[in-house]
Amino acid sequence: MSFTPQLPPVAKLEQKTVIDLVANGKRIDDRAADSYRPLHIQVGLIEKANGSAQVSLGKSKVLVGIKIETGTPFPDTPDEGVLTVNAELGPLASPLFETGPPSEQAIELARVIDRGIRESKAVDMKSLVLLKGKKVQVVFVDIYILDHDGNLIDAASIAALAALASAKLLKAELKGDEVVYKPGLHPLPLNNHPVAVTFAKVGKTIVVDPVLEEEQVMNARLTVTIEKNGNICAMQKGGLSGFTQDELKAVVHLAVQKAAENRAKILAAAKG
Amino acid sequence: MVIVAEPKQVVAPGELLAEGDHVLGDNSFKVGTKIFSACIGIFEVDGNRVTVVPLKGGYFPRVGDLVGGRIVDVGLSGWTVDIRAPYEAMLPASETPGPRGPRRRDLSESFDVGDMVLSQVLAFDRTRDPLLTVKGPGLGKISTGRVVEISAAKIPRLIGRKGSMISMLKRETGCQITVGQNGVVMVWGKSPENERVAVEAIYMVEREAHTRGLTDRIREMIAKSNVVGEVARTQTA
Amino acid sequence: MPEPKQPEKLIDDKGVRIDGRRLDQLRPIKLEVGILDKADGSAYIEQGKNKILVGVYGPREAHPKHIALPDRAVLRCRYRMAPFSVDERKNPAPSRREMELSKVIRESLESVVLTDLYPRTTIDVFIEVLQSDGGSRCAGITAASLALADAGIPMRELVAACAVGKIQGHMALDLSDAEDKYGEADLPVAWVPNANLVTLLQMDGILTTNEFEKGLTMALDACKTIHGMQQEALKKKYLVIKEVAEEREETEVVA
Repeated sequence: MSFTPQLPPVAKLEQKTVIDLVANGKRIDDRAADSYRPLHIQVGLIEKANGSAQVSLGKSKVLVGIKIETGTPFPDTPDEGVLTVNAELGPLASPLFETGPPSEQAIELARVIDRGIRESKAVDMKSLVLLKGKKVQVVFVDIYILDHDGNLIDAASIAALAALASAKLLKAELKGDEVVYKPGLHPLPLNNHPVAVTFAKVGKTIVVDPVLEEEQVMNARLTVTIEKNGNICAMQKGGLSGFTQDELKAVVHLAVQKAAENRAKILAAAKG
Repeated sequence: MVIVAEPKQVVAPGELLAEGDHVLGDNSFKVGTKIFSACIGIFEVDGNRVTVVPLKGGYFPRVGDLVGGRIVDVGLSGWTVDIRAPYEAMLPASETPGPRGPRRRDLSESFDVGDMVLSQVLAFDRTRDPLLTVKGPGLGKISTGRVVEISAAKIPRLIGRKGSMISMLKRETGCQITVGQNGVVMVWGKSPENERVAVEAIYMVEREAHTRGLTDRIREMIAKSNVVGEVARTQTA
Repeated sequence: MPEPKQPEKLIDDKGVRIDGRRLDQLRPIKLEVGILDKADGSAYIEQGKNKILVGVYGPREAHPKHIALPDRAVLRCRYRMAPFSVDERKNPAPSRREMELSKVIRESLESVVLTDLYPRTTIDVFIEVLQSDGGSRCAGITAASLALADAGIPMRELVAACAVGKIQGHMALDLSDAEDKYGEADLPVAWVPNANLVTLLQMDGILTTNEFEKGLTMALDACKTIHGMQQEALKKKYLVIKEVAEEREETEVVA
């Protein structure tokens, strides 16, 4: 069951400061309303993973690892591989996170990232089939939040794409019932590059890439995931209030622009 | 100042009631100069004041309310009472009549779990649970008669304008009726049949609270039941 | 039940959809209010093959106590699909999809409920999808706001919701199961009319920004229609009692 979350551990005075700054065209960390925090992407940190990327977006830090294993396809898609996205909001990342089963925040995060990758058909699922209906390759995208200073969705989306774009796998073939791997790594085939762009409505103003202080006072949040051709491939509104129709139109156009900027950085970093 | 919605009619939440400098009554709220209904209810205009009388809704305590409640727990210094509110009420031992002092009594001797008590709300605000008292005439344990629970939103209708409905009910059914603001109604009659008719009439008020001519219809219903009220009615052909 | 086969075309040459609708046409909607006895408020919706029952309890004491908030009521929401609501039996254990939808549905309702009137309490919304068709989350929101109103909970207004989608390259209103499954995109929207706020917005599939703008306008127009139906359904419950009672009075007078 989903219930109204507890109040943010921020004094009203501090909340007011954040809201007033945004209303006056400034932000608590001295950014423009439409600019991201500094973005750093590092790929291949985890040698045992097929692909990995650590992203820092300001002080937010996210690590994504890709593991590719053999498994069975879903009965309704016998001619496609399997993609699974999971997110862990572990207690080391924030005093707001607790141990235990995944919170609704973790589930939402994973599902929003999953939607972007799946709907844009980023991973070439047909290329993952070893034997139709019997054996396919399964791509696990595991999102690890290391430090939570706001906008985990975008940090995770960037890390997931960087990790997928840099992922490598052994060529697998089926000999009889056995899966045989051939020497030599080849890149995971990607058809698309979805990038999530998240906005927060603070007071009456909309800012991109909200920092934690802004998330704690925002009325509503919107994530727009844009694929490589500039189309929308996933959206998710969050937060207790909402957006007007005009705000939504404006935000979607800004998302297209911001996604293109971030996509270029991600693909450059993934190439190494 | 313009009244937009039609008075005495059913309005839904978010429906525009009026525009301008009206006084906000219960269940209405203002955005700019526009006044909207906050619940499903009957729109009432009283001079400059606009109000929505709710058709549904639970009980929310107010200081001074007379409430019927069920004892749900007995503690060392008082009782926990269910008064059909979103908050558990406390009845401290100090708010009961009778001897008190350093000698500790077993509180369950006065009121035990499951007992019905008629009490008054002594204190309540947003931060504290309601505090009850049974010091006062007529307050205390209810051990006879019948207890009816209806929606608290219908209590104003059960009482009626200047008590018209409840006086009629008492007179025609010959029952003593005490109305708790929380929807708990206590009925004492000279026979179980009188009580049954009174209870039926109370349920009818709850069901048809928003209809016209209700008092007359209820009087008819009681008349048909052939119970004898306070004053024997003259027979009509 | 075996899954129905994929239709050859979702839209025929005349622009008619598989269930005979035009692109901008809603499925038939049936709304009923106050149909459960024990719940403080309830509502039932049929939209296409969707059959959804919503029960509301509260404001009531918060359990467990630690979830209570000092300055407002906690709104709790559970969206659930019955195991028999879909073609292939759904495992009764709560799925990740149900958890996500419970969250976004709750968030779509939060801004209309006057929660600050009831500090330290909870208001519980239980949405049970008895039979699922496309757009069940939206139908659930439409019914949930009716159930909240039926419980007498003070609220700013009713929330209406409807999805649009893209099928065979065209934006189409209120997708059915097959259209959702074989179509190109789904865009569920919830709308709060007086405040003019979109309080639920999700999307999956591929849409151009122009298609998104067109779809959003279509969805909001449909929400306006649904909002009118909601007000009517809510009042109808009381008007029917009123008519029956007052009619009885008239016949009695005549007799």
